Amino acid sequence: MPESLPADSVGLVEPRIAHFTTPLALDCGAILDAYDICYEAYGTLNSARDNAVLICHALSGDHHAAGYHALDDAKPGWWDNCIGPGKPVDTNRFFVVSPNNLGGCGGSTGPLSVRPGTGKRYGPDFPIVTVRDWVESQARLADEFGIESWAAVMGGSLGGMQALQWAIDYPARVRHAIVIAAAPRLSTQNIAFNEVARQAIRSDTNFHDGHYYEHDTVPEHGLKLARMIGHITYLSDDVLHTRFGRELRSGKIAFGFGVEFEIESYLRHQGESFVGRFDANTYLLMTKSLDYFDPAQRFDGNLTTAMERCSARFLVVSFSSDWRFSPARSREIVRALLDCDLDVSYLDIESDLGHDSFLLPIPDYHRVLKAYFGRIEVAG
Amino acid sequence: MNAAALRPEHRLIAEWIDKGSRVLDLGCGDGSFLSELERTKGVTGYGIEIDPNNIVACLERGVNVIHANLDEGLGDFDAGSFDYVVMTQTVQAMRFPHQLLDDILRIGREGIVTFPNMGHWKCRLQFALGRMPVTRHLPNTWYDTPNIHMCTIDDFDDLCASRGITVIERAIVDSQHRALIGMQLLPNLRAEIAVYRIRHREGPQAASSPS
Repeated sequence: MPESLPADSVGLVEPRIAHFTTPLALDCGAILDAYDICYEAYGTLNSARDNAVLICHALSGDHHAAGYHALDDAKPGWWDNCIGPGKPVDTNRFFVVSPNNLGGCGGSTGPLSVRPGTGKRYGPDFPIVTVRDWVESQARLADEFGIESWAAVMGGSLGGMQALQWAIDYPARVRHAIVIAAAPRLSTQNIAFNEVARQAIRSDTNFHDGHYYEHDTVPEHGLKLARMIGHITYLSDDVLHTRFGRELRSGKIAFGFGVEFEIESYLRHQGESFVGRFDANTYLLMTKSLDYFDPAQRFDGNLTTAMERCSARFLVVSFSSDWRFSPARSREIVRALLDCDLDVSYLDIESDLGHDSFLLPIPDYHRVLKAYFGRIEVAG
Repeated sequence: MNAAALRPEHRLIAEWIDKGSRVLDLGCGDGSFLSELERTKGVTGYGIEIDPNNIVACLERGVNVIHANLDEGLGDFDAGSFDYVVMTQTVQAMRFPHQLLDDILRIGREGIVTFPNMGHWKCRLQFALGRMPVTRHLPNTWYDTPNIHMCTIDDFDDLCASRGITVIERAIVDSQHRALIGMQLLPNLRAEIAVYRIRHREGPQAASSPS
């Protein structure tokens, strides 16, 4: 246990719950009469309320982006290397809000929540939420704080998609959109990987069509497989080779199907540790949100037309070895922004760490974020 | 940064750029020129840069910067989308300078291109002595130079003529750092830096993009 927390940490943090009773009409047609958003906040909202930064999480993320819940936590929040005093998102200057998305399993209303009037959990009956629905729910969270416009909305991967959607849906409420390792919509291959992950979960005999809570089981095996395949797409071939190569755990081939190669052991470990912290129904929902994300769809499939309404300034970042959402996908976003004559800067970071790069403190990446945030104007 | 701190060629170029125009600066470096143009001329635009250190410097200045390799072309930009496309002392390091020039005049109403002039008397002298020129503007030795396509003012004039490019104006920076616009005596001998203001004879839409 550390005696004290690092000086550049936001320190001990506590999740908070915002309860909403105004019904939320979702893209799918369903209406959530009431719901909770679980969030964390770091730094101080200034009196002009213009220094707020919204952090949007990715597929398996949650509200715990920075700091520690307890002194003996093994790890800080998932983006702790980026958020804190003196860090790229400097909490000495900015007030950072990090919510768990609706449909999540981190404390916001989702499949694990008890459905009002039934005494039972939503389970598979929780409506499929979209990136637009999340933006809408996050806008209401901003209202709670009296935040008229975010200094920045920022996220990586699915989080970057939320930043993009924010800039389209609420042009007046986003001054800067920071879109990292994202894409304007999923490729066919992306959807294909998601479908394999979903089928892994849904074909687990413990899944019970999503009603596994009532059977007191968890589709552990399926969720583990889903995470394993996801993980392969998060890393590059090069980094897998460098980190694990073809190393054999026992030093020689055993002619069997146990764990032999180091990579097998690594993937199984990743899968197993995920099962303990993530809900299968949420995983299914999140992959669907990804598949459905396509802000251009309402504009005849034209991303430029979709972006014309934006007034935010943009920073777009990709990573050279990311093959899940490759640099070419980020450049599609940049191109649309250029077509609209919007302010945009773009950098492709040289990295062999694949899609996961966006979570890592790569020096050029963090220097770029720091330089960009340094120019964001906020009241004294 | 004030105007006096700009390189002489940048001071020249700034005079050619209309207030409030849209500028694309290819190989924009640390963004200081664009930043100065934004301040003094109210221009809007973007820099294109390949070096992450320079990109960080641009962001610190608040200059829009797009990470790209100019050798891969400028396909992300639409025809006629800028008033000026500026490229200072970069053309000589490009894989296909002629194609990039076409691209510049496809995107921009005008192009402003500068390059170190291999026809300068100091270069000619070194050649005459049997050596590859190494000068203030060409500091690299032959084996580690990024400058793979050196040319002279006369060479560049020929290229423009062969590709339907009209030279609107030409200026030179001589070895005393003097920027000279208009008619010049023996420009190919006196210019250390050549500064060209060019456009396509039939406008941006007619300029072909590189194949």
